[in-house]
Amino acid sequence: MTKISLELGSGGRLMRDFLAAKIVPAFRDPLLGELADATHLPGGIALTTDSYVVDPLFFPGGDIGTLAVNGTVNDLVVAGAEPRFLSLALILEEGLEAEVLDRVIGSIRTAAKRARVRIVTGDTKVVRRGQGDKVFINTAGIGRTVARPRLERVRRGDKLILTGTLGDHSLAVMLARGDFGLRSSVRSDCAPLVFLLPLWRAGARWMRDVTRGGLATVLSELVERLPYPVLIEEDAVPLSRPVRAASELLGIDPLYMACEGKAVIVAPAAKAAGILARVRRHPLGRRAAVIGEVQDRVGRPGELLLRTAAGGLRLLEPLTSELLPRIC
Amino acid sequence: MKELRDPAVLRRLLDEIGAKAGLLRRTPRLMEVCGTHTMTLFKHGLTPMLAEAGVEMVSGPGCPVCITPNAVHEAAIAAVTRTEGLTLAAFGDMTRVPTRKGSLQAAVPAAGSRLRIVYSPEEALDEARREPGRQVVFFGAGFETTIPGIAYTAKRAAAEGLRNFSILPALWLIPPALRAILDAGEIAVDGFIYPGHVSAVIGAAPYEFVARDYGIPGAIAGFEPGDMLLGVRSVLDQALAGRAEVALEYGRAIGREGNAVARALMDEVFEPFDAVWRGLGKIPGSGLRFRAEYAGLDAGRRWGMAAETAEMADASDLAGCRCGEVLRGVIRPAGCPLFSKRCRPDSPLGPCMVSFEGACLIHFKYGPVRRARS
Repeated sequence: MTKISLELGSGGRLMRDFLAAKIVPAFRDPLLGELADATHLPGGIALTTDSYVVDPLFFPGGDIGTLAVNGTVNDLVVAGAEPRFLSLALILEEGLEAEVLDRVIGSIRTAAKRARVRIVTGDTKVVRRGQGDKVFINTAGIGRTVARPRLERVRRGDKLILTGTLGDHSLAVMLARGDFGLRSSVRSDCAPLVFLLPLWRAGARWMRDVTRGGLATVLSELVERLPYPVLIEEDAVPLSRPVRAASELLGIDPLYMACEGKAVIVAPAAKAAGILARVRRHPLGRRAAVIGEVQDRVGRPGELLLRTAAGGLRLLEPLTSELLPRIC
Repeated sequence: MKELRDPAVLRRLLDEIGAKAGLLRRTPRLMEVCGTHTMTLFKHGLTPMLAEAGVEMVSGPGCPVCITPNAVHEAAIAAVTRTEGLTLAAFGDMTRVPTRKGSLQAAVPAAGSRLRIVYSPEEALDEARREPGRQVVFFGAGFETTIPGIAYTAKRAAAEGLRNFSILPALWLIPPALRAILDAGEIAVDGFIYPGHVSAVIGAAPYEFVARDYGIPGAIAGFEPGDMLLGVRSVLDQALAGRAEVALEYGRAIGREGNAVARALMDEVFEPFDAVWRGLGKIPGSGLRFRAEYAGLDAGRRWGMAAETAEMADASDLAGCRCGEVLRGVIRPAGCPLFSKRCRPDSPLGPCMVSFEGACLIHFKYGPVRRARS
């Protein structure tokens, strides 16, 4: 009698195994088999969908509404598509305050405007009290294909660029829940990444938004499909002051914390400096940095390695257990 | 604090360690007793750096989740699955340990019952206050580091006369376990790195027997990379000088005498007994149980969870799991045929692959990096 555990939804290896064992074989579609953030369809359009559950609904820097827009927008951007249209499906729990819903809808409107996407279709369902948790949202997004990321073009010596600090979203949500009884000025980084779209033309080979499971998990999925190891320099990873403090105090590793407005970009060495400069010119990319490279001096193909601040070398594994609260 | 992570400082310490280790007749083998130390060594990549410097590190039994025998985990599962309207509050790691009855996390609670992950015993006590109609059981697992907090919570519950709060104790003492490992003689240890957090409570005196009776040097160390290297250097210094003592290399945080208030609190609520550890068997005076005055708070007694009876004798691992030997430092995680094959963090077969302080999980997650063949 196997039951679905929370861990399955944490974005780690368990979820990937689940997709590979249950979902992909059930439908056997070559487009689905790629398991990309968004799928490029015939005719130059891309499609993605995502569901949003977060506790609490509102947190410093965002809410479930901003997540529902930006998350779907970002999935399109990192797949090489310019976001155009969104659907909006709401699942509401009986008894929800109308005022709460108004706030969420207001956030969705503002976020859509900021990301330059239109909400063009939708659905609303109400479930009995206790059968849902206040508000669940699903959005699907359609975008125009601007590039097709191709992993096979990734080469030895390519650089990894992170577009900003890690973990701010995770920490903001954890603290908003009242966990740990700490206070901090940290705000979620929830934001649209559309400013990264021109980088596809500037030579970016691959991008991923750093969400559930954090940087370590996202990059583990990358290296599994590369014929080279990837080495990350711990010292080079930008962290905000609150996240650095929380990681030292609480022992939470920022490499596993979720973001909602950061991406990692793989770029050829010759173009990395130019791409980094362009990211940094945007207000959302000021703290961008080169954090590592595709290499072959240490480790073996498929391994993600970390050079620690202490100067040691170790493996970096994907997130395997969900001990953090539900955050996205 | 920053200095203790400065690569230049660490390099200098490693060079010193390398020079000292080179003067010894054979590669010194040091046991880091505490799981959090194992974590520091691996997370910062220090283990391979120490190996290069000529020092072998082996992990000890310092993981409370790991050494708690299956019978106790199963008692907790029984409580939440058989009793209605009960909250079992536990630390996250405790909920994933696989037993013959599955894990706490996968158990289906009885009607109205639930499993709740907490960060401190206080959270469980709060729930008992808020919901007087609900029985709240705190699965209290830990070493000397966490025991004073649990004792304090027990005292508060008793003082407030809360009738719906109890504690399932899985409380372990480090020094008796070290004696058991030394007496078993399965592994030659040239030095110990003693746990800084545990020592903050018990002080240096409880380890003196290791130096006095067994002639083995040791040092109490903190949890930054530099702390641990200072500890290793101190042990090597003692070995070179033919001395054995309990050096304090964590003076920035603790004193040799420990925390007498915390010890008094433990002593007021709990008393030692001969407890069974996973992998180590029955060790005299190595566990704590409620004193008679606090027996009313003992979930074991209240819910018939026989935490210290005959059932405890069965501390065995699941078939094939060699956690016990890993906990004694006799084999490394990779020496277990299940390691990284059938036993992985997302499908653990033993507690050492579950706990954040478990040697198997730490070795799996962080370790060893191979140079590319060129």
